[in-house]
Amino acid sequence: MWRDTALVAGKDLRIELRSRVVMHQVVPVAVMVLVLFAFALGPDRAPMARAAPGLFWVAVLFASVLAVQRSFALEAPDGARDGLRLSGLDPAGVFLGKTAAVAVQMVVLEVVLTAGVVVLYGSHIRSYGSIVVAGLAGTAGLAAAGTLYGALAAGLRVRETLLPFLFLPVAAPVLLAGTRAWQAALGIGSGSAGDPWVRLLLVFAAVYLALGVVIFGPLQEAS
Amino acid sequence: MAPAVLLTTAVCVTGRFPALAGVDLAVAQGEVVVLEGPNGAGKTSLLRVCAGLLPLTGGEGTVLGCDLRRDAPALRRRVGMLGHAAALYDDLTVAENVRFAVRAAGASPSHIDAVLDRLELGGRVRRTQVGRLSAGQRRRVALAVLVTRRPELWLLDEPHAGLDAGARAVLGEIVSEVVAEGATVLLASHEPEESLPLADRVVSLVGGRVVGVRDVGAPARRVVAVEKLRSVPGSVHVA
Amino acid sequence: MSPADPAVAPWSPRATWVVRGLGIAAAVALAATIWLGLWVTPPDQVQHNLVRLVYIHPPIAWVALYLAFGVAAASSVLWLWPRTRSRFWDRLAVSAVEVGIVFTALTLVTGSIWGRPTWGVWWAWDARLTSTALLLVLLLGYMAVRRVPADPDSRARRSAVVALVAAVDVPIVHFSVDWWHTLHQGATVLNANLSPTIHGSMAWTLLLGFVAFTLLFAWMLAIRYRVEVLSEHLQDSELDVALHERWAEGTAPVPGPDGALAGSGRPA
Repeated sequence: MWRDTALVAGKDLRIELRSRVVMHQVVPVAVMVLVLFAFALGPDRAPMARAAPGLFWVAVLFASVLAVQRSFALEAPDGARDGLRLSGLDPAGVFLGKTAAVAVQMVVLEVVLTAGVVVLYGSHIRSYGSIVVAGLAGTAGLAAAGTLYGALAAGLRVRETLLPFLFLPVAAPVLLAGTRAWQAALGIGSGSAGDPWVRLLLVFAAVYLALGVVIFGPLQEAS
Repeated sequence: MAPAVLLTTAVCVTGRFPALAGVDLAVAQGEVVVLEGPNGAGKTSLLRVCAGLLPLTGGEGTVLGCDLRRDAPALRRRVGMLGHAAALYDDLTVAENVRFAVRAAGASPSHIDAVLDRLELGGRVRRTQVGRLSAGQRRRVALAVLVTRRPELWLLDEPHAGLDAGARAVLGEIVSEVVAEGATVLLASHEPEESLPLADRVVSLVGGRVVGVRDVGAPARRVVAVEKLRSVPGSVHVA
Repeated sequence: MSPADPAVAPWSPRATWVVRGLGIAAAVALAATIWLGLWVTPPDQVQHNLVRLVYIHPPIAWVALYLAFGVAAASSVLWLWPRTRSRFWDRLAVSAVEVGIVFTALTLVTGSIWGRPTWGVWWAWDARLTSTALLLVLLLGYMAVRRVPADPDSRARRSAVVALVAAVDVPIVHFSVDWWHTLHQGATVLNANLSPTIHGSMAWTLLLGFVAFTLLFAWMLAIRYRVEVLSEHLQDSELDVALHERWAEGTAPVPGPDGALAGSGRPA
């Protein structure tokens, strides 16, 4: 399983390096979302800085939908999974490999977005450690749940609208927890500790990684 | 010897449409069977059912000893399929695509260069991204993937479409060789001049059912078969 | 195609009587709850007559969150597990989800009505209401996947995965939304009202309410299950028609070049 994970992750990342779809399309969209929020919240920086954690995670959520869709679109123009199913790869390995590739791309995106938030909204980061941990845990959870649903929707004609509809409600706790963790790290809000939220993000990631490993195989059997 | 493919009143419904409406088919190991029939007859669906990609809605099926209802995942890694759309990654080079497919199947990518050269994919083409190749070249790459993986059952969907004369000749040689090694080949084709010389039998499919079978006897393969007879235990007839 | 028709009967005659009994029991219990709740029990000191919602809102919420979702999740697991796989579990799962959607929507409506006089708004981001709303969207997602045209096996597979992903999310959503509130505002108004100071006739009525809505859920589940079975029968007969049309494509025999024509594909 781990060998297949490395194989699939390596393949996906190499394709991304060549085609640069996430870099040149998804990241700008996410940054654009930040800019649009700035238009919506008004030229005064105070409301923007207060809302920054939530806006960051909303942008991450939408970008993760795009990243997962791309992950399955590159398998075949219509997202068909025939190639993966015939390849002889262990389904759990395919799941972990694709999740890892999406997660790596998302982490790069988040670094850019963090810089964007600091620059555009004037946020001050007080605790880098919890930002990093929260970011990694949240990303892992989003990538895992997204890949699982992405595989389900891939190949269906309604996949572009079905995936967000399925994924975003499931990802809501990540938005909540990530925002609270960020608020603690940026010193905004009532100053509640960010620790329980980071733990929630870790639980979410662990749960969906485990679920995906177990259930990806049976899911592949759907034609 | 157990048949490579055995389907009994196989029914396959995709969505609401019965692609296969009761197919009885038996293919012996080492046989080359050509599927012919009009568009929409169910040739592609039949091939996909044999690959374990489409589940059976009714009837029974056993391919390479695997029950289609229970062991489809185990079957799929022993089968090789050349479909309408080549399942290749456009942003990877020819060599990278073949290497990935071989390693995914668990084999070592040591002899892919020879295969690529044989299919005229050597030299600079090796390092070209698949997305930049012509449709015919992409088919050759897909074929190269199959050849390096050497599956026990070959499912070829219109393999001659898009291939020039040289590639068609190479395909014919490849089919003869793998059959002599014991593989089974199922071919769906609209071009009888190309496929009949390779075939042992021709199965006619109309409306999702088998309507006719005839023995053809593979005239082009007999020559190769005679030479390989010494190494293959009696699974190929020589008239 | 009446349910009494043996070719279509989704279950044995004895089961039909059980289901009818369930329906009658549910109707009786509901009537009793309404009568007790509206007339017999006293109004609350603080909330006056509004407290009467306590006899239906928590029971409905319990059915939606635990019963319906629990049945849907458990059925999905049992379907996915190869050893226990059977169409029964798939049908049960979709029935539980659809009935669950009704109950979840009712939970939101009754909760909203309860909150309106107290909060002054139709919707407040109360922990329970928010997580229930999210649950409703998850259930609707299940039905959306169900509508995608596919063969029964693939459809059941995808639905089961959605149910499991959603089921696993439910406790996480609960915790996160609860913390969202308690870490900021303290317990909600609704939570305070459900504290165990209910006693006497109110307690009995509440218990009866739970029983009544559980019976109602069971009855609706059975009815929806029957609808699913009948719907499958309809699809099977549509499939028969489609098969015959498919066979008609091939009625003109295709003779080979040597005139040979065989009915089956077995080697000579």
